[in-house]
Amino acid sequence: MSWEPKIAGFLCNWCSYTGADLAGTSRMQYPPNIRVIRLMCTGRMDPVFIFKAFQAGADGVLLSGCHPGDCHYQEGNFKALRRALLIKHVLKDLGIHPDRFRLIWVSASEGDRWARFANEFTATIRTLGPLHLTREAILGEASSSQAAHAT
Amino acid sequence: MINLSINGKTIEVREGTTILQAARALELRIPTLCFHPSLKPFGACRLCVVQSQTPRGYELTTACNVPCAEGMALETDTPHVREARRLVLEMMLARWPNVQAIRELADEFGITESRFSSESRDEHEDACILCLRCVRTCEELVGVCAISYEDRGMHRRVATPFDHESPDCIVCGACAHVCLTGHIRVMDDARREKGAPLEFPTGPTTSIYLKTLQAVPKVPVIDEDSCIKMQTGGCGTCFTVCEPGAIDYEQKPEEVEVDIGQILIATGFQLMDVRKLTQYGYGRLDNVYTSLEFERMLNATGPTSSRVLLKNGQEPRAVGIIHCIGSRDENHHRYCSCVCCMYALKFAHLVKDRTQAAVYQFYIDLRATGKGYEEFYHRLLDEGVIMIRGKAAEVVEAGWDKRDEGILLVRCEDTLIGRFREVPVDMVVLCPAFEPPYDVSEVGRMFTVSRSPDGFFLERHPKLDPMSTMSDGIYLAGACQGPKDIPATIAQAQGAAARILQLISRGYVEVDPIRAEIIEELCGGCRMCNNLCPYTAIEFIADKKVSKVNDALCKGCGTCVAACPAGAITGKGFTYEQIMAEIDGLFAKAS
Repeated sequence: MSWEPKIAGFLCNWCSYTGADLAGTSRMQYPPNIRVIRLMCTGRMDPVFIFKAFQAGADGVLLSGCHPGDCHYQEGNFKALRRALLIKHVLKDLGIHPDRFRLIWVSASEGDRWARFANEFTATIRTLGPLHLTREAILGEASSSQAAHAT
Repeated sequence: MINLSINGKTIEVREGTTILQAARALELRIPTLCFHPSLKPFGACRLCVVQSQTPRGYELTTACNVPCAEGMALETDTPHVREARRLVLEMMLARWPNVQAIRELADEFGITESRFSSESRDEHEDACILCLRCVRTCEELVGVCAISYEDRGMHRRVATPFDHESPDCIVCGACAHVCLTGHIRVMDDARREKGAPLEFPTGPTTSIYLKTLQAVPKVPVIDEDSCIKMQTGGCGTCFTVCEPGAIDYEQKPEEVEVDIGQILIATGFQLMDVRKLTQYGYGRLDNVYTSLEFERMLNATGPTSSRVLLKNGQEPRAVGIIHCIGSRDENHHRYCSCVCCMYALKFAHLVKDRTQAAVYQFYIDLRATGKGYEEFYHRLLDEGVIMIRGKAAEVVEAGWDKRDEGILLVRCEDTLIGRFREVPVDMVVLCPAFEPPYDVSEVGRMFTVSRSPDGFFLERHPKLDPMSTMSDGIYLAGACQGPKDIPATIAQAQGAAARILQLISRGYVEVDPIRAEIIEELCGGCRMCNNLCPYTAIEFIADKKVSKVNDALCKGCGTCVAACPAGAITGKGFTYEQIMAEIDGLFAKAS
């Protein structure tokens, strides 16, 4: 089976999650590679989540929130913006390509925008290739014994 | 104490009381013109004469300026008194036949015409009748003596020194106020007397004034800067005449702190500044008004007493009402301001009612959605209002010919007949867009209420909850949430009030389970979270040196949870454990 990008998406509940939902109900086509986690606000976004996601096996992480000025909780997305800039630096230091993490703004009515970003980002990750940051990838433990434990 | 009798009734008065005061205490009618309770009696009009019995027979004496004497026997309504009054009134009628105050007194005494004719006959309704109340007020109450009387006999008149503009006049308006005929008027710099005003005054006209006749509460206020009592210590007439003693010059503004549970924001709207749309000539051309100014003109308490007048005092022959100035406009506001179509129709109806003017409406669409609105529109069509479907492009002055002076041309495309038109009108009324009020961003920040893209406050849900905001306990009503008319505003306001009462009567508040909670044992008191919270829901407990989240204010956004360096804050519903587990689950190998 050829490799498919695995992307974690952290979406804020009020704008981006609703926007992505709209994309779905509008039957817009975008790749199924993004696996979404719902947060109430991008302000909840701790950099730890991003690194955990990469460590868990994600090849890319997409963070999506309300447009600046429109945050449901007033300023949460500005906090996310500050942290995102920091994360980009740390990712570089860790040797992860900074393009594997992206912060976008999608409002509740912008289903088409979500679909477009989803397409773009998946294509980017596909070009960058798999990350192989998981424990097993680094330590090279036998995947069959891991699978036996997992079940 | 002095004893005297008037019309057979005895009365005991203090020394110094005038006959007029005594008669009024007995509720007897004595007519006066030049008398004013706050001024020293003058005895100019001679109307207040009464008959007093003397050893030599009878004597006629004025009542306003004669003090009561012991044993006086006075009559206020004998044939001699009536004849004296008749003489005075006929003389006045001969000279000032149309002054209302004199006519009323003449009617009271059955006088319809005068046997005299006067060389100085003045037929104006507002002629000066030389009662000199204005002069006496300026001298006694105001203290500046800016006007006085000059010349003698038939040529006596009230004037300023040498007829020049008096440098001492403080424009208090007291003279205009006491004038019985309206001869004195307080005017603005343009010295206009008739016609529509250049500006619609909203400031005080006297130092003590009612803001509007529909003010709530309907209580006069005193403008500190122009009040003579507050500035110089003189006058104080309002305090003297106030029977309940409701005037207190010592009042100062005070700041009051009130503990509030719920808030209803009803800060209203403002009209767009249509000077920005220079093509319509507002502020540049005469007789171009905004709807609010025109509304003021139509009001019975307005500057023209509800008549529709041009600046030159004449009635317009044609009025053009232009819809959608700044609304439904890519360059300004894309939304529709909701109420303009209906008030424009109302204006048309009132103009048709009060003048002979032709009325033109320049509209894009007619939005007549409420109860009875469409029927009202049809009524107007029957009244002959001319509806032109096409947004007016500009308002220009008519051509070079002197006959066209003052005429405005409204240029538009009449889309129903497919032609460009230039419609000549005398007056143009613009319907400006509704805008959120000037302080909307400050108010929004103060109460953490967001705004929708059009700038008005954001409701929790446009269909299912238009009167709440995302913050519990803060509600919206009226035009601050979006342009709407009066019935909709009332409905929204009553609904919001009901929601507030519901919470108050319930006695408890349900708190959303998704919120933050600080674990006291882990908190290091760094206070980083305190300033991050947009709802100021985190407070620092000084004696325990830890921070604490206010459950009622916290909205559960999680910003503090992510920021806490000690990991001391639990974001209920979205804890670290939960999210980490989700991430693991997302990328777990399928079996």
